[in-house]
Amino acid sequence: MSDAIWFYTLTTFMVGSALGVVLARKPIYAVLSLVATLFGMASLFILLGAFFVAAIQILVYAGAILVLFLFVVMLLDLSDEAAPQKRTLTLRAIGFVFGAAFISKLYFALSFFPNSPLAIHESMKYGTAREIGKLLFTVYWLPFELSSMLVLVGIIGAVVLAKRKLDES
Amino acid sequence: MITLNHYLIASGLLFAIGLVGVVSRRNTLMILLSVELMLNAANLSFVAFSRYLGHSTGQIFVFFIMLVAAAEVTVGLAILIVMARAVGKTDADALKSLRW
Repeated sequence: MSDAIWFYTLTTFMVGSALGVVLARKPIYAVLSLVATLFGMASLFILLGAFFVAAIQILVYAGAILVLFLFVVMLLDLSDEAAPQKRTLTLRAIGFVFGAAFISKLYFALSFFPNSPLAIHESMKYGTAREIGKLLFTVYWLPFELSSMLVLVGIIGAVVLAKRKLDES
Repeated sequence: MITLNHYLIASGLLFAIGLVGVVSRRNTLMILLSVELMLNAANLSFVAFSRYLGHSTGQIFVFFIMLVAAAEVTVGLAILIVMARAVGKTDADALKSLRW
């Protein structure tokens, strides 16, 4: 019973913050709303027993990626240009149609799915760092190594793209 | 009683809200932010299935999705900065021609 209270409260908070991301006027409010959404999602991860990914979500996603967004918002002058009203309304209508189509398809697909409770599976081990580490370094070692190379490529690419030309300094 | 469908509908709602954001926002940074929201919706779906099936593979996948999202955001924001320097504004409609 308390499980249901936690779930509904956290989901309401999370969906409300997500709406704040999409509807906010200033970019800084949108980024801070996404931080709130990520905190709500980390709480839902803890409710599902995935403790490692909840901690990683707060440390990496909310703590590094969104701080990067905040730096860019700080350094660029991001005033939302005054768009013609008709164009903004058209875009929002198209977006709403896409969103409604997706939700209706999801509802249709879930109606075939048996309404199975999310009880603790008998072979469930909670997602602690030990369990994730056991899998990550034995079974999934190749994606792990490849993803470290991907991050290296990302770092080099970002530095090369964003630095100024040498003859300007 | 919270079932798997509850989590899937929550994930689907987040994904649809992110989709609305990608389509209807004109600032490129806000489009990137909505893409991040869609990735997070997929993360929630993966973790819910991982709990339902009792296997940690879903959480491993979430780990990799976060890594790839970090690399993608880094390069995406660098491209945004280059665009702001070259064209002067970060409007999505500003890149209308192949050279400027």
